[in-house]
Parts: sequence; structure tokens; C-alpha cells
Amino acid sequence: MSAFAGLGDVLKPKSFAGLFGAAPSIALAALGLTIAANGKMYAATEARSMMAGALVFFLYAWLCFMADVAAQIKGHVSYVIGAGHLAGVLHIDLVVGSEGELA
Amino acid sequence: MKVSANFSALKKTKWYEYAVRFLLGGTVTVVAGLLAKYYGPVFGGLFLAFPAIFPASATLVDKHERQKKQRAGIPKTTRGRQAAGLDAAGAAHGSLGLATFAYIIWKLLPAWNVAMVFVVAVSAWLCVPCALWWLRKEHWSHSPK
Repeated sequence: MSAFAGLGDVLKPKSFAGLFGAAPSIALAALGLTIAANGKMYAATEARSMMAGALVFFLYAWLCFMADVAAQIKGHVSYVIGAGHLAGVLHIDLVVGSEGELA
Repeated sequence: MKVSANFSALKKTKWYEYAVRFLLGGTVTVVAGLLAKYYGPVFGGLFLAFPAIFPASATLVDKHERQKKQRAGIPKTTRGRQAAGLDAAGAAHGSLGLATFAYIIWKLLPAWNVAMVFVVAVSAWLCVPCALWWLRKEHWSHSPK
């Protein structure tokens, strides 16, 4: 994780360096541990849900971009919108979870 | 626009700023594992895409840019926020790569070798956002080249 963060610090331009802000650092660590503990099918199910989380991440980052560039919101908008990410994740889980129950 | 690396930027980042990132990443990994254990893989998997690096890096970019301008004698500037905005745009591209990474793991992991799946998924994570970034810069950007 620190390696990906370090890459983001040294690279220019900033729009390119930002790509490493969405590095799969948590996923690599967590999926590796999951495969070892619960097997490949369990990890594949987690990865399916991760797609929904990644799309909410996209919305979160895009909203930060719009807010930062437009400078319409004062302060550190990233953390404010972080709460929105969590809310979005929980909302999507209801959708994904209910589909899983129906299947 | 060319991509370059400025390694002196590493000196600007304090040790505790790396420690905060490391701690945040470790905490989220443990929390995702615990959530998966108690609520199942569908719920726990959502947190594998949690933005652990981006909020800290955007805040640091903002801080470092403001400090740079202050050293140059410009006390009030929107440069930091603009740089953080660009960082966020990059993270938005990166998140699409993250979705591709997850899709490859989901589809290939049950049948393929684990190491091979990870290599393909990480390669896709790197290639997809880089290609999108390049396309946006070269073909969709309205700024003069």
C-alpha cells in the first residue's frame, strides 16, 4: 500500500499519479488471505461484490473532482464525501444481497 | 503530455504520513475480513474497493501544493485544491481499473491458477486506467496540445 502511495507521490502529472490512488492494495492482501483461509470460490464471490464497491469509488472520486475543481465546497471535501461512499456501498449491498437471496 | 517521475517528492512526505496510510490500509483489510466473516463474502467484498489511499493522498497533494505556493510568497491560492481535483480525476480512472480487476478475479479465479489470475488482474488494473487516461489526454481533452 505504501509502495502504491509512493508511486502516486513521485509521478507527474497529478491526473496520472491519481491512478495509483485506486490501487488494489487492500484487495490483493484481503483476497490472498481469503483464498488461503476459505478457498477460491469464496474469494470469487467477494470479487463480484468488489465490482459494485469499485463503481461507488468511481462516483466518489468523480464527485471529489467536480467539487475540488469547481471549488464550490470549502474544506477537505474528500472526507465529507467519504461518508457518501459508505452510504453508497451499503445501498448497493442491499441490491446485490437481495439478488443473491432471490437466485 | 509526458509522464515523469520526481523522486525528490518522496522527501516532502513525512514518515508519519506513510504510517497513517499503512495503518489505514491495514485496518480496512482487517475490517473487510471481519465483515466477510460475520456477514458473508457478498457484504465483505464491497469493502475491498474501499478508497484507502486516495483520501490521504488527495489531502497531502493539497497540503504540499499550498506549502509550495506559500514558500514562493503566495499565501492564498486555489492551486492545492486544483491539484487535489486532478488527483481525484486520476483516481476515478483508476477505480474503473479496479472494477476490471475485480471482474477478472470473479470470472477466472474458480478455474485458473491463483498466481496467474492475480498477474492478469493486476496487469488489467494497470492497463485499463492508463489507456483511459491517455485517450482522455490525447483525444477528449479540450486543452491545447
